[in-house]
Amino acid sequence: MKYKLGTLAVAGLMAASPAMAELVFPSLSYRTGPYAAGGIPFADGYADYFTLLNERDGGIGGETIRVPECETAYNTEKGVECYESTKGEGALVYQPLSTGITYQLIPKVTADDIPMLTSGLGRTSAKNGNVFSHVFNFPANYWDGASVAVKHIMEQEGGSLEGKKIALVYHNSAYGKEPIRTLQELSEKHGFELKEVPVDHPGQEQKSQWLQIRRDKPDYVIMYGWGVMNQVAVQEAANIRFPMDKFIGIWWSGSENDVLSAGAKADGYKALTFHNVGSDYPLYDDLQKHVIDTGKTAGAGDQVGTVLYNRGIYAAMLVAEAARTAQEIHGVTAITGGQMRDGMEQLEITEEKMAALGLPDFGPEFSVSCDNHGGEGFVAVTQWDAEAKEWNLVSDFMQSDQDVIQPLIDEDSKAYADENAIEGNC
Amino acid sequence: MFYREAGDFSTTYAEDQQTFPIKFDRYRYYVVLFVAIFVIPFMVNDYWVNSLFLPFLIYAIAAIGLNILVGYCGQVSLGTGGFMAVGAYACYKLMTAMPDVSMFIHILLAGVITAAVGALFGLPSLRIKGFYLAVATLAAQFFLVWLFNRVPWFYNYSASGQISAPERDTFGILITGPNTDAWATYMFCLIFTVGSALVARNLTRGSVGRKWMAIRDMDIAAEIIGVNPLRAKLTAFAVSSFFIGISGALFFSIYLGAVEVGEAFGIQKSFLVLFMIIIGGLGSIFGSFAGAAFLVLLPVLLKIVGVDWLGWPTDIVAHLQLVIVGGLIIIFLIAEPHGLAQLWRVAKEKLRLWPFPH
Repeated sequence: MKYKLGTLAVAGLMAASPAMAELVFPSLSYRTGPYAAGGIPFADGYADYFTLLNERDGGIGGETIRVPECETAYNTEKGVECYESTKGEGALVYQPLSTGITYQLIPKVTADDIPMLTSGLGRTSAKNGNVFSHVFNFPANYWDGASVAVKHIMEQEGGSLEGKKIALVYHNSAYGKEPIRTLQELSEKHGFELKEVPVDHPGQEQKSQWLQIRRDKPDYVIMYGWGVMNQVAVQEAANIRFPMDKFIGIWWSGSENDVLSAGAKADGYKALTFHNVGSDYPLYDDLQKHVIDTGKTAGAGDQVGTVLYNRGIYAAMLVAEAARTAQEIHGVTAITGGQMRDGMEQLEITEEKMAALGLPDFGPEFSVSCDNHGGEGFVAVTQWDAEAKEWNLVSDFMQSDQDVIQPLIDEDSKAYADENAIEGNC
Repeated sequence: MFYREAGDFSTTYAEDQQTFPIKFDRYRYYVVLFVAIFVIPFMVNDYWVNSLFLPFLIYAIAAIGLNILVGYCGQVSLGTGGFMAVGAYACYKLMTAMPDVSMFIHILLAGVITAAVGALFGLPSLRIKGFYLAVATLAAQFFLVWLFNRVPWFYNYSASGQISAPERDTFGILITGPNTDAWATYMFCLIFTVGSALVARNLTRGSVGRKWMAIRDMDIAAEIIGVNPLRAKLTAFAVSSFFIGISGALFFSIYLGAVEVGEAFGIQKSFLVLFMIIIGGLGSIFGSFAGAAFLVLLPVLLKIVGVDWLGWPTDIVAHLQLVIVGGLIIIFLIAEPHGLAQLWRVAKEKLRLWPFPH
């Protein structure tokens, strides 16, 4: 009880910080814990893009940007603490980069009128904006990933998957379980056999799983992993001599961290992505000039150009454009969370827009609407070149099988709407 | 000077047996209760409640529960996370099956269900002791988490295996869901925490608690003087699990609102609660509160000081947090192996003699 009162006093002093006219984009990052390898580059990219906007353009629409960072360690309890401690500062949008935290925040952001963007993660059925008014998951979601992975496999196999066997190695959590329903539907549609192989958090020990794969001899392995689990899986796959070009990870299993430790044996490993790779873009020149050379990078500054750093840049670019859209719609520069939501709902990403930002051909074109908070679901496949130590795009951006995914989204979002008595927003 | 028994006369047995025999202690207790009930609810906002008070109150219940089993009855348990999960999932199933029933009843029922499960897993304690029992309860931990991950009925067949608390109220006041008022969730948990502490305190100093302590101190001797070990151990498991179940139900429905069993109720939760009672003090209700406060509030406090005041990078603060909390645990255990509760007792002894210690 004594401790409680002491903390009260501290919290009281803290809450007294003044509110300034600026755009606040809180970054719920994780630079510690078993998922830090993925959390650090993303958080760096996210912060660096906003630093660039501040340094080069003076913010968005003349309003400076502030990115308060809060460490979640991928832990849902800390995530809640971070959300509560930053939402009062005028937060415009949250990107928690954790499916567990996303699930927790979905009802909270809706009640607090702050939008949340979960690109390629979170609750897939949040694509249905009619039910999930404040949650967005453009440009692609987990089910798009599963569908495109199967599509890619089908292309490799010459159009038919009859009698083939595909194993799904997944993080045994809400995140990893997301694609199962979709893959089950797809396996019925295309006639392949699906094997589910769960890996428990944090996934450092996968001997038995890969022994099972070795015994079952699947034709392809799809992986939904994150953090240290990815490296271990790639290493184990190499150990059992599983052909790497038949091993396809989701976009969270496709960064440099995941393949470098396996060395040359990881050559040919594939992963999905919803944005382009590499650092060969005009934006990077600006980044070099305004952020890197001036020493204003977030973190250690050694992540520039990696896959997840690019994803952080992409995530920041999407919400910055949404903020710009919101400023245009409402005719004010100091937007609120609710106005930001409107901006995200009317966001349109075109090739011209991306080229103007210095990121030509960086991601798919898409537009958001009230019904569709998830974009068109275009996903590409990348492949690891162990010799050059770089990821290369090996396919075009392909659209997922909407005939399979849309009914699943409708079904799952309807269940959520019934549970929470949501009438519909559109 | 003012902290002493002298001049405080008891004229009835009830007065003689009260929890706080010293007047100063008693008034301090009333003041804390008064502040907790009549002052804090009017001052809190979402941040204070969701980041500080709710986790503190809920972990305090869990620590009280585990303290009954480990501190009072001497049965080492590593199954706390699993039993909290039972409480959470029981609460979820009850909430979704019977939406019109008050949350008070759901939480209590979740506690009762957990008590039954706990008693079941307590059965091996009749045969195995010490570290071996710890391993048996560890099996309960892994089994329960596996079960809730594996059987879709428990999470109502949702695609992700997550359970999320729908909006429910009690006496017309929203208690769960995103639209709750800070004071409402705080008061709801406070009622359970105060109730648990009172029940636990009175159980442990009555005949039931004395039997537990007899078993803890020497089970063969206890059996010879007429304590039924079956009944004593199983009641300890049941009562302990009851409190842990309540805390699990509150943890899920009020505090987090959405839970994934492996992440929220994994083995680390069992260790966390065990550390709480070891640091706070085994066999002490106050120790449960002190331990919960130490491990819940200190990290938040360090974060506020490091990130918000000093402006250090978040990852450095997060690492420092681990170092400082870990270091303090070691220092406490070396300086005072009986925990914060013992420090408190020593302080009170000193206070009794103050200002003339000789």
